[in-house]
Amino acid sequence: MDRTWNNKAWFMVLPVLLLVAFSAVIPLMTVVNYSVQDTFGNNQFFWAGTDWFVKILHSDRFWQALGRNLLFSAIILSIEIPLGILIALNMPKKGIGVPVCLVLMALPLLIPWNVVGTIWQVFGRVDIGLLGFTLKALGFDYNYVNDVFDAWLTLIVMDVWHWTSLVVLLCYAGLVSIPEAYYQAAKIDGASRWAVFRYIQLPKMKRVLLIAFLLRFMDSFMIYTEPFVVTGGGPGNSTTFLSIDLVKMAIGQFDLGPAAAMSLIYFLIILLLSWIFYTVMTSSDEQA
Amino acid sequence: MLELKDTAKVVGGETHIHPTNLVLERGSLNVLLGPTLSGKTSLMRLMAGLDKPTFGSVWFDGKDVTGVRVQDRSVAMVYQQFINYPAMTVYENIASPMRIKGVDRATIDREVRKAADLLRLTPYLDRTPLNLSGGQQQRTALARAIVKNASLVLLDEPLANLDYKLREEMREELPKIFAASGAIFVYATTEPSEALLLGGHTATMAEGRITQFAPTIDVYRRPIDLITAETFADPPLNTFALTKANGHFVLEGDRVLSVPAHLAGIPDGPCTVAFQPHHLALSPQSASAAPVTVRTAISEIAGSESFVHVEFADTRWVMLAPGIHDIEPDTAITVFVDTRHLMAFAPDGRAIAGPAAA
Repeated sequence: MDRTWNNKAWFMVLPVLLLVAFSAVIPLMTVVNYSVQDTFGNNQFFWAGTDWFVKILHSDRFWQALGRNLLFSAIILSIEIPLGILIALNMPKKGIGVPVCLVLMALPLLIPWNVVGTIWQVFGRVDIGLLGFTLKALGFDYNYVNDVFDAWLTLIVMDVWHWTSLVVLLCYAGLVSIPEAYYQAAKIDGASRWAVFRYIQLPKMKRVLLIAFLLRFMDSFMIYTEPFVVTGGGPGNSTTFLSIDLVKMAIGQFDLGPAAAMSLIYFLIILLLSWIFYTVMTSSDEQA
Repeated sequence: MLELKDTAKVVGGETHIHPTNLVLERGSLNVLLGPTLSGKTSLMRLMAGLDKPTFGSVWFDGKDVTGVRVQDRSVAMVYQQFINYPAMTVYENIASPMRIKGVDRATIDREVRKAADLLRLTPYLDRTPLNLSGGQQQRTALARAIVKNASLVLLDEPLANLDYKLREEMREELPKIFAASGAIFVYATTEPSEALLLGGHTATMAEGRITQFAPTIDVYRRPIDLITAETFADPPLNTFALTKANGHFVLEGDRVLSVPAHLAGIPDGPCTVAFQPHHLALSPQSASAAPVTVRTAISEIAGSESFVHVEFADTRWVMLAPGIHDIEPDTAITVFVDTRHLMAFAPDGRAIAGPAAA
């Protein structure tokens, strides 16, 4: 078959190509460029091949940070998703309560991340912070600065406080889109509260839950600002997540090659895990 | 037997259902006919027990069931939207009411297959509702209602969201499907033609009231008031206001018409005379057809028939004429009213004379 080539059409896609090139391809290629070379400054580069990748993949530091990331994301998801659903189920469906609840829910989402970190950093301090001081006065041995468990607890509670609202809002949107007739039909059938949740609300929320799950996974897996502000990665290395380690390596130690290799690996892990979650969750959708 | 005794529903100072008395017999087919927001769904919710009446009571087989929860009554309901459990297969959907009741596995399987066979769903038992067409989804909802074997089956405009052909097909099957069960069958619709096709009894509804309840054909032929006649007319009922004096009808502008024999008995004074659109014709259809000069407005062609809108004095009439008539607008033509079908209503809307012929 004869194809007609309209060469003028290339000009039409040019702006998009430029935009994508400058926003994604060029920065990414810079990182790729660093990851396969070594430099000692003066703009002198030496070919390093896959050395940096091998080095990163063989360093305990990387695997430990990755382990912390996975643990953190797992805890965050297992708290925020069920809690978000629970709150969404108990939100008012009509009346003055709706806007009030929605605004209250949206408030934490409107606060910049470093401010959230600062709030909790101060809030949790045992000398001047309301939370830390109160806990101490009540006899709890709480100090996030030198206790690993307390540091993790603070970060998790902070993240739950900050981000559960997102899950709530998404689930709530899914819930209000269910026609009243579904609930009536279930009532006529004599279905239990659990059956209504399991067979009507949950399937109807499935799509928004998938989005909530992916967003919360990606965000929690890339967490940087809050632990940086609150714990600075400590005590010891106990809250040094991949992102914090990466910045230490790139900016602190100026190891550009290993840092570039690590960011590529980091990026590929997020991509891979997100793809796995998406595939698993949407394929179960088709079966169900 | 379902009885509503002075049943009324008031929500936030607004009366949704005025005090209503209604008796529905076992094994009967009852149509609730009325426009949107006339209270059909509200009335059904009261019948089902989904809402508690503000006043009055609901009785079932001689027992007061007013406060009884819907799940403790024997009720099945099908909605305009296709309501099924989205994550269950068609089989599980049909089985669900029986599972809740704790029916044994073998009975469930038998009943599901019977219902699926009846509603031609057998090939789709393993699919989920969202992978079905609208008609199949609604048939799944109907199958769920059938296996419940309820004594009150409420169908709230069940065919409204289906395409024309499927609607015709299912309208024919529905009464047959439920006839065997001996349940009280209530069917809400906005379409007069649907009520006529279903037969049984019809309750016409307007603004939260039942205006008339009688065998469907009687309501259609002898509506007790103007609002009932209007509810039961599609295209809209044709009316004209006139005054009866000295054995004549006097129209606006002092035009005088002779009074048909069957309307001779109505008292002197103002009244409204009405007739159905198909009793207006382009040519005389019988000896009792009276010629009337009207101005044409527009004509709509609906396949095998045409709706011709004409103006008589200041009122707009619709003529349902068989065949295709592309009529020039704004011209004077003579049309024929079959005077045997004229109905007369008093100024308060009450019927004072029915049509002479069916």
